[in-house]
Parts: sequence; C-alpha cells; structure tokens
Amino acid sequence: MSDVALELASITKRFGRLIALDAASLCARRGTVHALLGENGAGKTTLMRIAFGMLQPDSGSITVDGTDCSFASPADAISAGIGMVHQHFTLVPAMTVAENIALGGRGSFRPAQIRDAIVALSERTGLAVDPAARIEDLPAGAQQRVEILKALSRDTRILILDEPTAVLTPAEARELLQKARELVSNGGTAILITHKLRDALEFADDITVLRRGSTAWTGHASEATEETLVAAMLGGERIRTDAGSAATTVATTVPDHDATVLSLRNVDVRDAAGVERLRSVTLSVSAGEILGVAAVEGNGQHELLRVLAGRLNVSSGDVTIPPIVGFIPEDRQRDALIQDFSLRDNIALLGAGARRGITNWTAIGKRTRELVRDYDVRARDELAMARSLSGGNQQKLVVGREITGSQTALVAENPSRGLDVQATAAVHARIRAARDAGMAVVIYSSDLDEVLALAGRVVVVHAGKVTEPPREYEWIGRAMLGVAGA
Amino acid sequence: MTETLAFVIDMLVHATPLIITGLAVAIAFRAGVWNIGADGQFIAGATAAAWVGVSASVEIGWLALVAALIAGIIAGAIWAALAAWLRSRFGVLEVISTIMLNFIATYGASFLVRGPLQEPTHVYPQTSGIASGAHMPILVSGTRLHWGFIVALVVAVMAWWVMKYSATGFRVRASGVNPFAARSAGLIDVSRVTTVAFVVSGAIAGLAGAIEVSGVTFALYENISPGYGYTAIAVALLAGLNPLGVIGTGILFGALETGAGAMQRNIGVPSTTASVIEAIVILAVIAVAQLRANRVTRAA
Repeated sequence: MSDVALELASITKRFGRLIALDAASLCARRGTVHALLGENGAGKTTLMRIAFGMLQPDSGSITVDGTDCSFASPADAISAGIGMVHQHFTLVPAMTVAENIALGGRGSFRPAQIRDAIVALSERTGLAVDPAARIEDLPAGAQQRVEILKALSRDTRILILDEPTAVLTPAEARELLQKARELVSNGGTAILITHKLRDALEFADDITVLRRGSTAWTGHASEATEETLVAAMLGGERIRTDAGSAATTVATTVPDHDATVLSLRNVDVRDAAGVERLRSVTLSVSAGEILGVAAVEGNGQHELLRVLAGRLNVSSGDVTIPPIVGFIPEDRQRDALIQDFSLRDNIALLGAGARRGITNWTAIGKRTRELVRDYDVRARDELAMARSLSGGNQQKLVVGREITGSQTALVAENPSRGLDVQATAAVHARIRAARDAGMAVVIYSSDLDEVLALAGRVVVVHAGKVTEPPREYEWIGRAMLGVAGA
Repeated sequence: MTETLAFVIDMLVHATPLIITGLAVAIAFRAGVWNIGADGQFIAGATAAAWVGVSASVEIGWLALVAALIAGIIAGAIWAALAAWLRSRFGVLEVISTIMLNFIATYGASFLVRGPLQEPTHVYPQTSGIASGAHMPILVSGTRLHWGFIVALVVAVMAWWVMKYSATGFRVRASGVNPFAARSAGLIDVSRVTTVAFVVSGAIAGLAGAIEVSGVTFALYENISPGYGYTAIAVALLAGLNPLGVIGTGILFGALETGAGAMQRNIGVPSTTASVIEAIVILAVIAVAQLRANRVTRAA
C-alpha cells in the first residue's frame, strides 16, 4: 500500500457523552483528490482536525506515507507534511500577503526572501497573488489562495481543505477546485471537505461519506452516483421510519389560508460585501400554520429568517409583515437577552424601540411575574439577573416574551439548541400552542427531525433560493444538497 | 466664618464642576460610549460662555447668564457631536477622537485668550471679565458658593430619573450593555440612541464649563480646567455610573482637592499627594467591584 498518503483507521472521538466519531476511517491515495462528504454534524471537520493534530483521538490510528504517527499539535502534523485550510479565514487583515505567509514560520523575517519564495511557489502552483497586497484589500477568492499558499509553503504533501468554496462565488469556486486537481498531479494529495455532491463527483478521484460519526460509504468517484451518495449521507432506513413518524405529529389545526400574515415577493438580499444571500424569494405564511425552513448552514436561511422577523432590510422586493414579529434568535445569550439585566428589564425590551414617555415598571413587573409563572421559568423573582438562569429557563423566558402580547407572527431559529429533553419539549409545546392560537409561525432548525416534528409545510433554502419539495425526509434532504428529483 | 465652614464651602465649590462633568461621563458610559473628552467639552463650554458673557451688554441683566449657559451647553454638544459624527460616519474610536479634541480645545482656548478674545490691555492671557448680569448668583452670602451647586444637584436628579423611569433612559442602558440584544430583541435604533447620549453628555460637560466661568472665574483663562474632565471619569466610575452616586463621589473628590491645597499651604505636604490618594481610592474600588463580580459568577 505504498501509494497511500494518509490513512485514518477506526478513529473514535467522544466529547463528554456525545460520540462525534465512531470508528471512522478514511484512506487517501497519493496523487488524488479525496472528497469527504456528510451532513451537518456528521463529523467531517472533527475527523480532519484529528488528522491535523488539533484534536487527539480516543482510539484509532493515523498513518502518513506508511508510518504510524501521533500528533500532539498541528506543529507535529505540519512537520509530517500535512497542511490545512480552515473553513473560516485565519489571516491577519491588516498585514500583507507575505507577512501572513511568514507568520508561524521559524527564524528571522527577511521580507525579500519571503517575497521570492512566494513568487516561486505562486508560479509553480499557478495560484496568483501579490505578496505586497494587504489581506483586507483582497476579495475572498484571493484570500483563499493566500490560505492555500500558506499551507503549501511548508513542504506540504497532504492538503486538507475544509469547505473551501463556502465563501466563494461559483466562478471562484470552480477555479479553486481545478487548481486543487492540478496540485495533486505531481504527487500531492488533497482532501476536500464538502457537502456539495456535484463538486465531489466532478473534482474528486475518491469519495468517503460520513454519517453520524461513521464511514457510511467509500470508493472511487467513478463508481458513485448522486443516488448512492444521498442514500449514504441520509441513511436508508432512517428515511422511511422518520417520514412515517413525522407525519403523525403534523398540525391538527387547519391553517387559515385566507389570512396571510407574512409574505415576501421577489425578495433579494445582498450582504455588506455585495454577495447575494437571497435570490428572488417568494413566500407566504398564513395564520395558524407552522412553516418549517430546512437548509445546510450558510445557504441564506439566516437572512431569510431575519427578513421575515423584520430584523433585516431587503435589497429589493416586497415584504409584508406585522409591525412587531416575535423572534427567537439562535444566539439567545447575545441577541435575545441582556445577561446583566433583571428578568423584568428583559421583558421590558419587547417594544423598547418604539416606547414613549415613562416606563410603567409596576405593570411590566406584574407581567413578568405572570410570565414566569405561566411559562414555568425557575427564577428567584422577577428582579433576578438573566445571567442567573439556566439555558432552558432563559429560553422559556424568551419564548414567553416573544409569544405573549399582540404579536401575530413568530420566527424561531434553532429554538431548542443547547436545551435538555424536558426544556425542548416545553418549548415545542409553546410553539404549537402559539400556532393553535392563530399565530403564523416560521421555524428553522439545523436538525431536520425537529423541523418535521413541528412544521406542517417545509421549504428548503439552497444557495439563496427557496423551494418547496414534498414534505418527506428524503426529498427535503436532497433539496438541501441542491439535488433535483428523486 | 469658622475654618470648617470655609472648608465645606470650598469643597462644594470644587465639587460642582466635578459632579456635572461626572454626570456627563456617567451618561456616556452607560450608553457604551467611551467619552474621554469631557475636558475638551468643558473647555468648549467655558469658552463659549465667556465669549457671550464678555459681549453681553449691561442692559439685558440676568438674560446674559441664561445666554452664557445656553452657549456653553451648545458648544459642549457641538464638541461631542464632532466625535460622534466621526464615530458613526467613519468608525473612528471615540476614545481616540475625544482625547484629540481635548488637546484642540485646550490649545484653542490658549490661542483665543492670547489673540482674538484677549483682554484690551493685551497683558494677561485671559479675557475681560464677563458682564455682571452673567454672574451666577451667590448661594450663601459672604462666600464663594454659588447656585451652580444647586444646578449640579438638579441635573443629577434629572439624569437619575431619566435613566430609571423614561423609555429613553431604558434604551440608553440597553444599548450600552448589549447592543445586539437591544437591536434584535428591543428593535432599538442603537446607533441613534448612542449618538444622542454622546451629544447630551457633551452638552452637560459644556454646561459645567459655563457654570465655572459664570460662578467662579468670571473670565476665560488658560488652563481653566485643571483636568476636571479626567477626574470626572474617576468620579463616574466610583459612583458605579449612578447619577445620584455621582453627587457623593463628586463631593469626595472636591474634598480631596480642597484638602490638598490646604495641606500644601499650611504644612507643606505636596498637593500631588491628593492625586496619589485619588488613584488608590479608584484602584481599591475597582478591585472590590471585580472581586464581588467574580464571587457572583462562581456562585451562579
């Protein structure tokens, strides 16, 4: 097996009670691009962090070029010839390309020498950069090239790319993947972490699929089809059982389709950098229904939810929403609560932007006591600091605040993140009760089971576009990956 | 007049500018705006008040005082608004811009009292005396204690009330502690709220300068502020940014400075000793507050 560059065998890794990797294996051949596929949380990044020495496995072995290795830190992995480009840039924006590439190296910093080395490397790899340019002045594609050059500048033979195309435009992404192919043509190896099936099929030689911490499929890309990969990623048996059980928990009330509460027409959203996050989205939510949103991280669902909640302005298109929409954001510690304010003051946040004159603290205090009682928030009293509450109790307070009152719509983003089973059940019951009371509810969860358990209708956001596949696990899973048809 | 009474009077006269600038700093800090520029805003207010006071004719009487105070408020507000604009338009850190504006105010005032606003004989680096109508009335006859002290107390109570009971005060507090939640959960226009708080902070510091000119110095001098705007930061922090607390800490620092002067005059102890004591008091308070915060976090 002399042509194996990197072999990870039976790697197991636990974080507390959570098993992130359960005897996962991967074997990357020299001179190939190897794609690592899997859903959110399947363990792709954890496995590669172990290969790069950022994490240590609980059991299993790492073999580089036929030699057993154990990495105590990334420094060990780098000296073994492994380089990694992380999902989020690790460059210093105020420094030049040359300085960034030199950063982390040893010895003294000789600008001329570094510049010559970069120019040579740049010519050899075909990755064009200007060594004197400052990082903050470069577009995302060029920054990604710098990251790769940085990883290659240390005699790297195995290059790990973690979702390298996530921040790139489609044209930049294609160019990058073609470069990855060229890089391996003279004996290097590239491991490409991705959730894009097409990229894997088109650019990789071999593919490994992880599902829930285990290797679900591995083989040559030429033997794989979208069908086999989807089945491996989603898990054959799970599809049938989940679709069946989810169907039994769907809405008991009939949505009132004459009463549209939230509606978007041809909505476009561009972020500060001008990248399109949502593209001509048309969508409506009626009173008394829960609309589920499913998406792989970073496909525009973050923006979609904030547009529906009135927290984000659109670049173009029509938005019709009530003046105040209840909103349960993903990061409740930061966006929903003021930790150093009392429960009462946190309740007073609702509508604070439009309040006039004097705050009626007596009335707000009374409302807080009622809410604490009705929503079973375990707290000393209404003047206790939000910080003193557990995550579950904090979330119950937020849910209570955002549902009770005059709101007719609710948008919830990962409402059960970090909560235990009981608190999750309580939050779900409240969301269903809000729907039964006639609110228009939109819920996003990175856990598709949670979306299916609550929502009567599910839309999928992929690359900024919203589609509505049949309400079944497999169809939704495919749409999330951008695969059309069954 | 007994020596004790004289000391108390002096202490309150010293405390007046410290309380008012302390309130200015407390309001800004509550909004999450690090206004280090109360000194510059104080000088801007003092300069505007002196200019109006000197130019005022005798006939308008007490209206000269009102005009001088309003001029001080507007000048302080404008001085802070420059930094607020730099912050919201270009993202310039207010910590830097306000310190720079302090230098501009200090040397700008020096230039004015040696140039365009210098007294007619062109001997002293100061303006002429302000019109008698622009003098702040005396509170306790036969002493230097003027109504400015009462103004300081009124401003403190008003600031306390607004912060605690008004919708605006709540927005300021929320924006200062957690701008993300203020924006997302409260739908508060955080940048507008903090800009307004910044300008109001400057207006109050400007008022302090105007009161100093109309109640104590009756003219604009070089070095009209011996660093009131900086001491104000200690006054505000020591009070836990509570406007009512600022009255107490302002008087405490007024006492320290008055006592320092007396010690130097009477027994030759350098007045800088007071600065050392001030610094030790601040460090002790910060340390105790941090210890208590740690204990709360551990208990939770």
